[in-house]
Amino acid sequence: MASFTLDINNKKYKVDASPDMPLLWAMRDLLGMTGTKFGCGKGYCGACTVLIDGEAAKSCSRPIEMVGKSKITTVEGLSSDNSHALQRAWMKYDVPQCGYCQSGQLMAAAALLNEKKNPTDMDIDEAMSGVLCRCGTYQRVRLAIHEAAKEMTGGAK
Amino acid sequence: MSERQNLNRREFIALVGAAGAGLALGFHLISEHRLDAFAAETVATPFEPNAWLRIDTSGGVTVTIGKVEMGQGVRTALPMILAEELDADWSKVKAEQGDAHSKYGRMTTGGSASVRTAWETLRKAGASAREMLVAAAAQTWSVPASDCRTENGMVIHASGKKLSYGELAAKAATMAVPQYPKLKEPKDFKLIGKRVMKLDTPEKISGKAIYGMDVKAPNMLVAVVERCPVFGGKVKAFEASAAKKIKGVKHVVQIPSGVAVLASDYWTAMQGRAQLKITWDEGDFAKQSSDSILAERKKLAETKGAVAKSVGNVEKELASTKKKITNAVYEVPYLAHAPMEPMAAVADVRDGSVEIWASTQVPDRVQNMASDMTGTSKDKVIVHTTFLGGGFGRKLYPDYIEEAIHLSKAVKQPVKIVWSREDDIQHDLYRPSTYNVFNAALGEDGLPTALSLKIVGDALNKSNPKDNVEGAAVEGASNLPYKIPNLHIEWVMHNPGVPTGAWRSVGSSQNAFITEGFIDELAHLAGKDPFEYRKQLLTDARLKAVLELAAEKAGWGNPLPQGVYRGIACHKSFQSYAAEVAEVSVDKKTGEVKVLRVVCAYDCGIVVNPDGAEAQLEGGIADGVSCTFKRAITIKDGRVEQANFDNYDSIRINEMPKVEIHFVPSAEAPTGTGEPAVPPAAPAICNAIFAATGVRVRKLPIRPEDLVKQLGEN
Repeated sequence: MASFTLDINNKKYKVDASPDMPLLWAMRDLLGMTGTKFGCGKGYCGACTVLIDGEAAKSCSRPIEMVGKSKITTVEGLSSDNSHALQRAWMKYDVPQCGYCQSGQLMAAAALLNEKKNPTDMDIDEAMSGVLCRCGTYQRVRLAIHEAAKEMTGGAK
Repeated sequence: MSERQNLNRREFIALVGAAGAGLALGFHLISEHRLDAFAAETVATPFEPNAWLRIDTSGGVTVTIGKVEMGQGVRTALPMILAEELDADWSKVKAEQGDAHSKYGRMTTGGSASVRTAWETLRKAGASAREMLVAAAAQTWSVPASDCRTENGMVIHASGKKLSYGELAAKAATMAVPQYPKLKEPKDFKLIGKRVMKLDTPEKISGKAIYGMDVKAPNMLVAVVERCPVFGGKVKAFEASAAKKIKGVKHVVQIPSGVAVLASDYWTAMQGRAQLKITWDEGDFAKQSSDSILAERKKLAETKGAVAKSVGNVEKELASTKKKITNAVYEVPYLAHAPMEPMAAVADVRDGSVEIWASTQVPDRVQNMASDMTGTSKDKVIVHTTFLGGGFGRKLYPDYIEEAIHLSKAVKQPVKIVWSREDDIQHDLYRPSTYNVFNAALGEDGLPTALSLKIVGDALNKSNPKDNVEGAAVEGASNLPYKIPNLHIEWVMHNPGVPTGAWRSVGSSQNAFITEGFIDELAHLAGKDPFEYRKQLLTDARLKAVLELAAEKAGWGNPLPQGVYRGIACHKSFQSYAAEVAEVSVDKKTGEVKVLRVVCAYDCGIVVNPDGAEAQLEGGIADGVSCTFKRAITIKDGRVEQANFDNYDSIRINEMPKVEIHFVPSAEAPTGTGEPAVPPAAPAICNAIFAATGVRVRKLPIRPEDLVKQLGEN
């Protein structure tokens, strides 16, 4: 057991946990932040994707001792009112079905748009193929990412 | 594992049978522990004319649903049906999940039946409330009700004066409930048929939606269970001292399914589980493997099975015909459901009451089970259904909830059961695997004169007598939609010991693949176009119509870009009609197949929410693509060889074809959309692979290396 301070969505949280506890479980079971989902525990499905210093990371496979002072962003940190461009695009195309993977989809998409303002279909394939959707919402995920990108760059091509 | 078997026995027939029970009117039940994301209302809700509806003084309309939401959109489609007849202001409609109660009728959710079975009930519920609101306004104004109409949450008098539903709610509650409310003509629908964003989408993109996995009860422990890796195995002895030494591990408890470790959190519980030393009595199944199961099935295919359908004389026809295909063997594997949310539920067994929060497709069944297991009267068993992170049939089986109840009873505090992904994939109730043998003869015109099929495979209901044909095993085959004068279909039951369960589209998930593949073989043997061949043989007008629509929209017969090939398939299941045209390209060197586009034509009668329905069909097609290329559960030494998404995967975004959906315009009562798009996808794709390569895919899944091998043999 050790004490860690996690910076999640611009707030500091103190947790006492085993250093090898994955960030996912620290957030879900110790801090009660359940927006980030458990799907496989091995980094295969991406349901647990969060941003660590702006980059996509699978929180099920990231021990808290490795997180350090990094800034973590979860789906709860995208916006408080679904106003983020991705969330609005997600509503426009009514992307979710069961919804369970959607936090992971949104965070992987956010990481992609941090890196590429106007992602191509190939960029989307590359960035998003680590996030499994068992319901098959992919077609809408793709449309929504393009939509959000368009909006975030002021509608410019 | 008694509940796994019980469900097979009791629920299955009703679930996949043709007729679904209607929903009864009842009253709503709101628990103080309700987990719906919609906050408790602060406005009074004086008008509650039936189980499904409350109207508050501000005009807010709350529709309670008995069916569970697992991504199929019932929390939107069902409220739409009621709101249509109510003439509600859709922006003021909220949906709420009802806790388990017999007054909701059958809550078990499956068989693509929710919209179909709720249709009339919810329309009447809305229409009757509307008439009460009109009566209240008419009385207020002292005018005849016939001079009033309703629109968008208002009663409007011919003079132009208006009262909102919120203003009328209290008075409406005092009006007589009409027994035979007048329903709208479908042509007058304003909301039904409109593309509506699902009501729960905002909470699903903000992280606020609560799934079974997310529930936290005060003073709750998290439990994980180590189960025998061999089906049917039992605990012989176990040593828990090392597990108990881990800080945070509170209890180690043996339950019927294995040994449970209970801790403050999941991660700690898993650390404890890893330290358990269990000696198993693995039982007979330890000798089984996929190879031994297949060998047994090959032998069984030579024996006589139970007759599912027999018309004319197939043997005679085959013996006297030259143009024929004999002993065409089709095989499909066991499939896990693998919903994104692994099994999870919270049970709190108290003295004299039980409370459960669960991601389940069978809340009513869970209530009965908890009552039986704890000796608590049913009215003291509260079952809250959370959102389900996918169901696909897996959550029809409440074995994980049974574990949570055992454990909460044992430790006398709330317990959350959590399954790891490995637990899920290795301890599922699998879609049966089957071994199928076809024979068919063609007449001089190329049309089939005789067809025989023998299906060898698992029953879903393990207590099914051998000589009784299980409906689910042959559905989608025994109702072959083609006109064939001599037809003989048999089923040989073979239950090697693998637990099996209903899987999205059930028997049709495998039987559409085998029958639509084989019909394609016959078309090619006859030298006919596979679309024209089907069209000529189809007897069902609605199925023929979707086939023609799919062919038209896909441009069947038009030239394709170089290297792109088409296949077609059609299938009726759960009273809906689906036809799909798949376009593929095949790299003959690597065996890689790309599914580029799938055009789907669909007839489910009236489409309640076209956008939601399209989403279901997109998802069904994605599932079909995954089954074609990715998924197989195999057994070695009695153990499932797959464990996680690295070796039991579904397609990813880069493998998703472009999907186009076309609905047949219809005024027929609606059926469903959750399952029927799955069955035609695999055969349409495999028929396209044949068009591209001349290789007939008779075994799923088809992996690149298999295709390369078959290309070499051709």
